[in-house]
Amino acid sequence: MAITLTDKAAEHVKGFLDKRGKGVGLRLAVRTTGCSGMAYVIEFADEVAANDEVFEHNDIKVVVDPKSLVYLDGTELDYTKEGLNEGLKFNNPNVKDECGCGESFNI
Amino acid sequence: MALFQIAEPGQAQAPHQRRLAVGIDLGTTNSLVASVMSGSAKVLVNEQDEASIPSVVHYQEDGTVLVGSAAQAKAVADPYNTIASAKRLMGKGADDLSDTLFADRYLFDTDSGSLPAFKTQAGNKTAVDVSSAILQSLKNTAELSLGGELVGAVITVPAYFDDAQRQATKDAATVAGLHVLRLLNEPTAAALAYGLDAKEDACVAIFDLGGGTFDISLLKMQRGLFEVMATAGDTALGGDDFDHALAATLAEQAGITDLSDASQQRNLLNIARGIKEQLSDQTSCGFDIPLADGGSYKGTIDRDQFNALIEPLFKRSLKSCRQALRDANIEKSDVDAVVMVGGSTRVPLVRDRVSEFFGRTVLTDINPDEVVAVGAALQADVLAGNKPDSELLLLDVIPLSLGLETMGGLAEKVIPRNTTIPIARAQEFTTYKDGQTALALHVVQGERELVSDCRSLARFELRDIPPRVAGAVRIQVIFQVDADGLLTVSAIEKESGVVASVDVKPSYGLSDSEIEQMLTASMEHASDDMLARALQEQKVEADRVVEAINSALASDGDEHLDSDERTVIDQAIGDLQTARAGDSTDAIKSAIAKVEKVSNAYVERRMNATVRKMMAGKQLADVESDTSDT
Repeated sequence: MAITLTDKAAEHVKGFLDKRGKGVGLRLAVRTTGCSGMAYVIEFADEVAANDEVFEHNDIKVVVDPKSLVYLDGTELDYTKEGLNEGLKFNNPNVKDECGCGESFNI
Repeated sequence: MALFQIAEPGQAQAPHQRRLAVGIDLGTTNSLVASVMSGSAKVLVNEQDEASIPSVVHYQEDGTVLVGSAAQAKAVADPYNTIASAKRLMGKGADDLSDTLFADRYLFDTDSGSLPAFKTQAGNKTAVDVSSAILQSLKNTAELSLGGELVGAVITVPAYFDDAQRQATKDAATVAGLHVLRLLNEPTAAALAYGLDAKEDACVAIFDLGGGTFDISLLKMQRGLFEVMATAGDTALGGDDFDHALAATLAEQAGITDLSDASQQRNLLNIARGIKEQLSDQTSCGFDIPLADGGSYKGTIDRDQFNALIEPLFKRSLKSCRQALRDANIEKSDVDAVVMVGGSTRVPLVRDRVSEFFGRTVLTDINPDEVVAVGAALQADVLAGNKPDSELLLLDVIPLSLGLETMGGLAEKVIPRNTTIPIARAQEFTTYKDGQTALALHVVQGERELVSDCRSLARFELRDIPPRVAGAVRIQVIFQVDADGLLTVSAIEKESGVVASVDVKPSYGLSDSEIEQMLTASMEHASDDMLARALQEQKVEADRVVEAINSALASDGDEHLDSDERTVIDQAIGDLQTARAGDSTDAIKSAIAKVEKVSNAYVERRMNATVRKMMAGKQLADVESDTSDT
């Protein structure tokens, strides 16, 4: 069971955390909403709960609750640029299909 | 595959419900758009990789509109169809053209209404149209960068913008299809960008010298709230003026006397701007001006020469600083931090002199060109609901007093300047004549005592007032200013409940002078105004006395007065009317006193007659019981 960050993603997340001035890392979760069933949640983590799983890459902690982890296992988080738009991208091997925009998905 | 931004804990949005909001600094010279992404505000770059775009719009014959650098590139070759610095005309009427540098730089169509329109090959364009084209371009940049539609924008305006100028800015946003979350004062945005709310009880001065406008704002941080204590400024002072001063000197040095050629003039301005920017890092700078005969003029200018040129312009900003300090009732030494905003604060003379003035080193850490947009983006993020709790509540102030015209053409201030908004204030007025059934209300803005020296905002009438003797009617007038500084005035007659109101969609064409001129004038004319007010008040009082005595004489003058007594009173009234026509307050005052004196006996007789009439045919007991009731 693992979630990974690319070096580029880790670098950007570190930058965002530094600017924000607080937070232990990044929290990833899956919420059951959205037009295709599931939706990603990506937030700053201010604390780690007792049963959270924590993955670390280049000093960046990625915090995931056990319920979400089953949908996210094996995911690689990347930072990319598409035209003027830039941001974090989920490469999730569990996804069977997703809505046109990719904001929600199904497994 | 969608790209994600990191949200605050618990604030992640459901898919397709991300609330994208931006902050826009719509500047006179340059405009920027910024947004909060993954917790930090950053300026968004367009497809040409530019963070800020020139606030320039070029209209082509086929109706194509170019914005930014592409438009600026056309400025020299096609000056009349390339509009720059349009912000200076926002909310201005055709009458204001002569006050600006525009009249000789562009072709105007002033016949098409009260709004001045630039004549371009694509038709007439107003300042609102030009601003809207700029906003449209920024909106496109933002939507491409953020990957979705915007829910809204916070647009910054100079603290000094009046209602008409704010409304014009909102109109431009509406035309561009942007929802305005809020208009935010530029200096307030700058304070947000620096995160100065963290410093408890600190007093911060924001010194904003942009391309076309100057603002000084004094802000106080209390328990995380920004309170604007005072603002002052100059809506026609900025880097553009430095460029013009320098361009004039360059023209003189190069022996260019014919300044009617718009391309040549624009070219000189571009060279001047380049020199100004270089002199921020270097102590002297060489230049090369192409001449009409195909040759060119080469010369150099050093920083001292440049400083000498801009010194008189710069001094105007310190005058505003002093006024803001006076308004806020604080000393220079009470100011804990001075934030520099606007590209023109890169000029070394400006930094040095402002540091000297406040006796402390000024803050220049954040790019002075981006700081306002960054602050607006942070505010937009809060307003769009992307923050756990909106700990930011911004209090702004109204820049000029709002009031009503009263008898004698005097301005009665209902809301004094620098009152924090939103605000509602009520004041009672009454009628002037017996049986008066309508009241004309004239809403004015300004600091002067006479209406003729203030700015007229709106006129409306309250009708169907029940006829009563003068002074018996109670009319409550309510002034309401919303969070964006827009005004609603309503009047209600208390007895009958008749109501009239006006939304002061401030009329564009009514401005008769620049705001800061109004303020300066109010300081310079303080004592004249006091005397003028005293004179007007005596005139109103004289009219009231004449009106009262004449109506009394008409009803029972012959009954109580013999012809000699009557002649004396008529003589005194005649003298009072002569004095009233003159300009001496004291003469009117003494003439009023004389009328009162000579009519004393008559007034007494009338009073006695009235009492006798009331008593006639009554028993003592009735009178006693009547009086004991009261």
